[in-house]
Amino acid sequence: MLGVGILKGLAETARNFLGSYVSKDRLTTFQFPEERAPRIEASRNFPFLVYDGADWHEGMRCVSCLICEKECPPKCIFIEKSTDKKPDATGKPQFYPTTFSIDVSVCMSCQICVEVCPFNAIKMDVDFEQSTSDRFGDLLWNKERLAKSNEYYREIHPTEAAAVDAELAEARAKAAGAKAAAAPVKPVSGVAEEK
Amino acid sequence: MTPETIDQIFVLSKGWLLGYVLAALQPIGSAILSVVPVLVVFPLLFAITTVLERKGLGRIQNRYGPNRVGPYGIWQPIADGIKSLTKEDIVPRTADQVVHFLAPLLLVLAAFLAYAVLPIGKNMVITNLNAGLLFFFAVGSMVELAVFMAGWSSRSKYSLLGAMRAVAQMISYEVPLVLASIVVIMASGSLSTVDIVNMQATYTGIWPHWFLFTPWGFAGFILFMVAATAESNRAPFDLPEAESELVAGYHTEYSSMKFAMFYMAEYANMITVACVATLLFFGGASSPFGHLIPAFGGPIVQAILPVLWFVFKVFCFLFLYIWVRATLPRFRYDQLMGFGWKFLLPLAMLNIIATSLVLAFRG
Repeated sequence: MLGVGILKGLAETARNFLGSYVSKDRLTTFQFPEERAPRIEASRNFPFLVYDGADWHEGMRCVSCLICEKECPPKCIFIEKSTDKKPDATGKPQFYPTTFSIDVSVCMSCQICVEVCPFNAIKMDVDFEQSTSDRFGDLLWNKERLAKSNEYYREIHPTEAAAVDAELAEARAKAAGAKAAAAPVKPVSGVAEEK
Repeated sequence: MTPETIDQIFVLSKGWLLGYVLAALQPIGSAILSVVPVLVVFPLLFAITTVLERKGLGRIQNRYGPNRVGPYGIWQPIADGIKSLTKEDIVPRTADQVVHFLAPLLLVLAAFLAYAVLPIGKNMVITNLNAGLLFFFAVGSMVELAVFMAGWSSRSKYSLLGAMRAVAQMISYEVPLVLASIVVIMASGSLSTVDIVNMQATYTGIWPHWFLFTPWGFAGFILFMVAATAESNRAPFDLPEAESELVAGYHTEYSSMKFAMFYMAEYANMITVACVATLLFFGGASSPFGHLIPAFGGPIVQAILPVLWFVFKVFCFLFLYIWVRATLPRFRYDQLMGFGWKFLLPLAMLNIIATSLVLAFRG
């Protein structure tokens, strides 16, 4: 009959209207600053640089290979390579970035830098409250601001961090083994390096 | 003060105030004292409606709606108003400056002129024109002119398309709107809004003689409401604005307070139409319970009770608008025109014929 659909629709909306006053479960929105939705583990927003140990500069895993800078689709990463070397996460002497900056306003959270990084040095953060009123000073994040500890990484992405830790431990063990093996006989180290 | 005159307290106080004005200035003083309350009360009603609409829509969509400014978000309209006033007013360089400026003014003027003939209580009407209803429809046609001025002067395709849609729609639906209210004029034998209300303010027992409770009145009311929804460009007839297709329709190129004025005019129109529906079919400021219920409350309650009834009825209509907006999707343009001309118009005609037969045979 004419108009029955309209009446059904009106009944549905009325049910929602009254129901929202009766049962709190219907209200699916979170009143943001006061209450927050539980975060899902795989959520990501903006990259950060992982460091091991206590000192962010000494422990930084980044070896300044520039792959992320080249791969970044919106070109928001700016790296300057050092001239000297410092030991990396596995104890090998490597270059390190003298400058490592990411433009917050340009980054599109695609995670490609994380995918291409061979050193597990750059990972995705979950902090999304990066708005600022200083658009010139506060949007280009430098190395110090980007550096976050491995403990923090374990906290925000436990599963991923465990896998990375295992991988790094293996690499370190191999490096230590190779060093121990390399000391007495030279040719053996060459075999280890091939693997 | 006798109970009969207690509900005349506003009228009496106006007369008392006029007593202090020079005799030569009394006509103009009387006009000011009548117009100023309307210009205060109805924009206030507009502000309340906006926040009610946002909260109502929110609840229907299982959200809270605005709840940040003040308790339960009731100061939201004030924040919106301050925002509108302080924003930059951008006028397109190629726009017709004069017409672009005049369009929102004319629109608001047209929207508020209609309040001149709406009695919100006994003797509480700015002018009791003997062709009040005709005046209302005539002023309603001014809205179309203002809307087209806005669309044309903006020099924007969205504005122009929105304005063309708006004008075509408003002209189409004005016909069933007038025809639907003709039955009331036929039954009451008067074009004066005051007379129409007075005719309905009689009772059989507890049952008020509202035109709504007659078969032709009920049909007329449904037709009137549908046509009025289209006339005031509300969902599901909001094609002129159609934010998903036309940006904002005829007020695309307006910003700041001019944009707010378009909104004000739209809500003012909505409130006017709700008022007229109340007057024509729901007995205006008359109580739905008649004189059976003994006077309760103090004299102050008695004094403002008719106004409260009127406002209550109007808010019921406003809620209906919000409810319908949250329920129904927008019409397609050909559906809109087909619905207006092929469905509403014949039904309104049929209603007039049926009413005239009933009235003729009843004597």
